[in-house]
Amino acid sequence: MSSLRTSSVGNKGRAGLIALLAGLLALSGVASLAFGAVSIPPGEVIAALLGRGSGTTASIVLYARLPRLCGCLLAGAALACAGVIIQGVLNNPLAAPNVIGVNSGAGLATALCCALAPGAVRWTPLAAFLGALVGVLLVLFIAERAGAARITLVLAGVAMSSMFGAGIDAVVTFVPDALSGYTDFRVGGVKNLSMARLAPAFWVILIALLIALSLSNELDLLLLGRETAQSLGLPAKWLRLALLMVAAALAGAAVSFAGLLGFVGLLVPHIMRRLLGEDSFPLLLSSALGGGLLLTVCDLASRLIFAPFELPLGVVLSLTGGPFFIWLLLKQRRGGGGL
Amino acid sequence: MIELKNLRAGYPGRPVLEDISLDFRPGEVLAVIGPNGCGKSTLLRAANGLLPRTGGDVLLDGVPLERLPAKEIAQKIAYLPQSRTTPNITAGRMVLHGRFPYLSYPRRYRREDHEMVKRALAWVGASGLASRPLAELSGGQRQKVYLAMALAQDTETILMDEPTTYLDVGCQLEVMALARRLAEEGRAVVMVLHDLTLALRCAHRAALLHEGRVRQLGTPEELYRGEALEQVMGVTLGRVETAEGWRYFYR
Repeated sequence: MSSLRTSSVGNKGRAGLIALLAGLLALSGVASLAFGAVSIPPGEVIAALLGRGSGTTASIVLYARLPRLCGCLLAGAALACAGVIIQGVLNNPLAAPNVIGVNSGAGLATALCCALAPGAVRWTPLAAFLGALVGVLLVLFIAERAGAARITLVLAGVAMSSMFGAGIDAVVTFVPDALSGYTDFRVGGVKNLSMARLAPAFWVILIALLIALSLSNELDLLLLGRETAQSLGLPAKWLRLALLMVAAALAGAAVSFAGLLGFVGLLVPHIMRRLLGEDSFPLLLSSALGGGLLLTVCDLASRLIFAPFELPLGVVLSLTGGPFFIWLLLKQRRGGGGL
Repeated sequence: MIELKNLRAGYPGRPVLEDISLDFRPGEVLAVIGPNGCGKSTLLRAANGLLPRTGGDVLLDGVPLERLPAKEIAQKIAYLPQSRTTPNITAGRMVLHGRFPYLSYPRRYRREDHEMVKRALAWVGASGLASRPLAELSGGQRQKVYLAMALAQDTETILMDEPTTYLDVGCQLEVMALARRLAEEGRAVVMVLHDLTLALRCAHRAALLHEGRVRQLGTPEELYRGEALEQVMGVTLGRVETAEGWRYFYR
């Protein structure tokens, strides 16, 4: 990732930035519970959260907005961290779960699962994980075969994404009910979630995040290049595989309930890398917070801009994230960098 | 000590090394020289176990390399590749990675590791660079940081693949002086070098490779007096004696 030559900040600056992100996340979380088609005063929000609320407002907070907020936090953290891991392991800043076909692989598996066993909502995270894993392994295979040339990998990923995408379309054509709200799934969103539906994904994401954080030193070593990592005693081959499985679990779990939310996995790691440098532990931590923050803010915006009508979350995300990302690329170009 | 016995290695369908027998002696700088594509880099990678052998043996302190776990090998052999990706991390962090072979899961660096990093950076004369991002350093500074990383790895053998490429002459000499000092501390230093004058000037022994075989192995004196160097490389060397020893030049 020699292209991302920005100055990194010291340990203090990092801790400060991570604290700032956590603070912003808490604020946006409260805002996300309080604002929407109906505004609810913060006092009532807290009462509802503590189980002391009653009536409609408490129901809105507990059954509509809280699952939504949790969905944003989980999906954002999972996809952003999956991005960090995939970019690190493949040593390719262009790689992200949506770019290299991991998300669409998970999407296809989810669609298949829903089409074949409509009652088995509980199994969708597992199916999505398997789909994401197939996507990730295919990419790894191609990377090894093609000598991991950056652009080859991305092109192969684009090809696979479109194949998986066609697969999803085919499933939906044959079994139209497979993905209720197909457009929502394709665009990505956190509407109509329930805590029960989130629970399996929550556990998968929590465990995968902890594993990823515990392997951050190994990820750092992989950034030095495979040969250097190996010469330092790292079983690089197995570790790449293990880390990509963790990434697949993260991306798969997120896709299983939030659909194909593309951009988070590319955008957030890039921003955080610019702000904090490339040490994996702070990068993973800040990306998890940043991903959750980005989705929470976008979700809030999607509810407020045309209230009482809602835009799909994926639309807001791409419309705000896209231009921002392009601005980032242009700025980097001027700074002498460039991908 | 690493010993190569009748080593063969290469890539699928393309054998590169044929029947190489060499030992990397502690206390000695061994220069590996030869024309492009003769297998110099392959030699280092095979000696380190990064490239599987197709025949022969690599012995590490008398034990075949394949019987040792990767971590143990990493505690005995450091390897500086010719080119590498430079992540956006600080020089100190980079050197700290050299301590990785000594950690067990979940890999928290200890105080002694940080001490080691400090000493290694001081040893190569790069203490001031510890908190600087790697990407901002010059080629020479970066090479020093990599050397410090190898030093922090605290291995008996250090393999360097063209450590002087892209460096200005002053930095080249500085890197060579550091290599000599490493050897004086009792380490075995093996360097792939393109500059024959630099190799003969600084190495204790040199191995001339040609088409995957060792064409001549000997002291700089022996290589200078022999005919192989001229035949293989197609250049004639001259030399002058100075107070610090022989200085070689291309005629």
